[in-house]
Amino acid sequence: MNARVLNFLGLGLVGIVGVAFLVLTPRLAELDTVLDLTIYMIMAILALSLALIWGYGGILCFGQSAFFGLGAYTYAIAMFNIGDSTVPLLLAIVLPAAFAALLGYFMFYGRISDVYLGVITLTVTLILFNSVNSTAGPEFHIGVARLGGFNGIPGIPPLNYPGNKAAVIDLEGMFYLSTAALLATYFGLRLLLASRFGRIIVGIRENERRAELLGYDPRAYKLVTFTIGGALAGFAGCLFANWGNFVSPTIFGLAQSAQIIIWVIVGGRGTLIGPIVGCIGVQWLSAALGANQPSGSDWWARLLANVPLILGIILVAFVLLVPKGLVPTLGDFGLWLVRSRGRRVATSLKPKQAEEG
Amino acid sequence: MDLIALLAIQVLYAIASLALISVGLAIIFGMMRVINLAHGEFLMLGGYAAIVATSNGISIWIAILVVAPVVVGIIGIIVERTIIRFLYGRMIDTMLATWGLSLFLVGLTTAIFGNTTVGISAPLGSFQIGDYRTSGYTLFVIAVAAVTLGCIFATLRWTRLGLIARGTMQNADMAAALGVNPPRVYAITFGVGAALSGLAGAVLAPVSGVFPTIGVAYVAKSFITVIGGGAAILSGTVSASTLFGTINQIATFATTPVFGEVALLATAIVLIRLLPQGITGRFFRRGL
Amino acid sequence: MAAPLLQTRDLSMRFGGVQAVRSVNFSLEEGELRCLIGPNGAGKSTFFKMLTGQLQPSEGQVLFRGRDISYAHAHQIARLGIGIKTQVPNVFDGLSVRENIWLAANRIHSGERADNVVDEMLERLGLTGVAKRLVGQLAHGQRQWVELGIVLSTDPELILLDEPAAGMTYEEVHKTAQLVREINRSKALIVVEHDMQFIRMIAKQVTVFNQGSVLVEDAVENILRNPLVRDIYLGKQAAA
Repeated sequence: MNARVLNFLGLGLVGIVGVAFLVLTPRLAELDTVLDLTIYMIMAILALSLALIWGYGGILCFGQSAFFGLGAYTYAIAMFNIGDSTVPLLLAIVLPAAFAALLGYFMFYGRISDVYLGVITLTVTLILFNSVNSTAGPEFHIGVARLGGFNGIPGIPPLNYPGNKAAVIDLEGMFYLSTAALLATYFGLRLLLASRFGRIIVGIRENERRAELLGYDPRAYKLVTFTIGGALAGFAGCLFANWGNFVSPTIFGLAQSAQIIIWVIVGGRGTLIGPIVGCIGVQWLSAALGANQPSGSDWWARLLANVPLILGIILVAFVLLVPKGLVPTLGDFGLWLVRSRGRRVATSLKPKQAEEG
Repeated sequence: MDLIALLAIQVLYAIASLALISVGLAIIFGMMRVINLAHGEFLMLGGYAAIVATSNGISIWIAILVVAPVVVGIIGIIVERTIIRFLYGRMIDTMLATWGLSLFLVGLTTAIFGNTTVGISAPLGSFQIGDYRTSGYTLFVIAVAAVTLGCIFATLRWTRLGLIARGTMQNADMAAALGVNPPRVYAITFGVGAALSGLAGAVLAPVSGVFPTIGVAYVAKSFITVIGGGAAILSGTVSASTLFGTINQIATFATTPVFGEVALLATAIVLIRLLPQGITGRFFRRGL
Repeated sequence: MAAPLLQTRDLSMRFGGVQAVRSVNFSLEEGELRCLIGPNGAGKSTFFKMLTGQLQPSEGQVLFRGRDISYAHAHQIARLGIGIKTQVPNVFDGLSVRENIWLAANRIHSGERADNVVDEMLERLGLTGVAKRLVGQLAHGQRQWVELGIVLSTDPELILLDEPAAGMTYEEVHKTAQLVREINRSKALIVVEHDMQFIRMIAKQVTVFNQGSVLVEDAVENILRNPLVRDIYLGKQAAA
């Protein structure tokens, strides 16, 4: 069983499970559940965008929410002004990508690294938060779309079939779109990472100096990676705006940024499945914990419903105890199991051979 | 003329508050290379400590200047012993773990104190400068900042404790060989950094009130002040606070407070781009 | 006379108040092997870093085939055909040996050709057995060899080696010297070294650095007998 075969099997499994999930869920589940699952799909795409940038590219981005928010806001504003969703959808991908490219150029060609990248990206998302949050008056508008400040932008029109304004997407349609988009993103990223480009960015993550000494320009590779990640996050933002038909400045906030990072850490930094699992897991857990708002003196229940408290404990626990994240750790555990079983099988064969020999 | 005096006081106040909220973080980052993202929450806890103390009858001055630093200092030592000490050298991991700690502390204080803002009224009333009134408490904040920075400088420069701390940070093994106990130095340094943050939070509590998520407002600004300041603890904090505080106040005065914030953040980005090692990475390099 | 492959003109480096390299004029012909030696602090490493693009000179020029590369970025210099092996092994620790070499080969070959080149290189360096292991888990000597493999796989014309024999056993030093002599059959090399045994195994011409300048340049046999050279290593002031 060599690595390549295992790899293909894994991909095949994901494909089968994914398509089954896509097709069966709306038939088997309540509309409520489908709505919940849709947001998990959308956030998983967001998680993958950071997995690419950070997990594979080694770029510590504390402000991934900036691109997410820009995508959502761009879609909303463009949609109000244009009416047909084809261009807004494209803009929601292109604008965050362009912003990422600009920011990336500023950072990577300025040789800023590590911690300082984290600080700058964090600061950028905070600037966006502060700026957008204060645009509450009617004087703040782009075309016919009011920015709304801390009130946000409600009533965002949903996507429609290109060219046909009347054929808008419905709840089920959103689910199909988001799940298909997630699958496309996953397989697309797997392809990218297996390509020449993907192997080079991993090399740059491992040892930037050595990659440089080999003739690869790390600045350019990081810029492209960062831009792709920004585009993906922007796309997720557009889907998000469609899911809730509402967007507010909290999308740029520290809490949102923290969430994305927690998903990737909990799930596992060096993989793609990991952050998907981490995202869905943590989101589901937060929802489950926060769902019952218990009152009175049941302090244990109140403790569990305290989402920041529990998330904080999870984050600290994972950094201290499971630093590689869930999926790689489970993977290592699985490998260890397989190897030790293999040894036991091998030793049990020996006496038989001796008898026959 | 009076307007200039008023503006000057506002600028000094902005510098002083930036310096106060940053110096604890600067000590922890400068001496231990630890990025404490729960820093904002230490400030918040200092505020709550002062408020709880005052509402239990303790004089406001003692609550702010004694109770808050002591309480948060102890919390700091506990955090260092239980979390930080396993992550030395792993800068990104400390950032993440302290982010988790920050979430935890926010959740905890929300559970204990609820979501509303609590406050204490600023003592010292107000006074007149020509046509303008300004709060006397403003001057108190400036004074506390100046005294605190002065004490830190004196401690690091002239006391045995300061020398031990500086020596251990430079070379822990050598310090150990000379009989110093590095883990204890680390714990105490982290505790002192936390205590200073608690002091800052308490001092600023009468100005803005305290609520569980107030840390968010502090953490970004103190971070960029520390990173912008560079490796030297005091000269870095002072120079960065001066730069950012002045720009913030002038922008606020010329436009709106929100734009003042944005101007501060934007300046920080430009600064880090031009001086990746911070101000004291380039100037005042061998300073404290 | 053909232009030298690599040349420096009045190359200098100053750090604050310290003049680390003073006006060095150095030249290397095609296919030549030169060793750089000198006591600690003599400026060899600083000089070396200016050749690799890791440092930019305060004054003077570095010319490769007549082209000024004094202020070129490290990756641009690598693309011109200069391979660099650093003092502390710079390898991709988290990747396998094969992947390490592939990243190098991939720079000039593509697809299947790259894979073949990788296999050949692994064979040549005796690393086929550990091809799948993570480089970070290998012994020090093997890691140095992986780095040599990386450098060779980009097929450079000039190879700069900074202490290639550092931390090696006598066996490994011998093998490395053999490899260096073999490489020299088709490529030029500049080797910075402290290990005199190693130098004796490979060197023809040696340049001796002292206090930022070139003290003497001569054939290896003469260098080892030169009293000035002995003095700088033993610390005595050389008599005028």
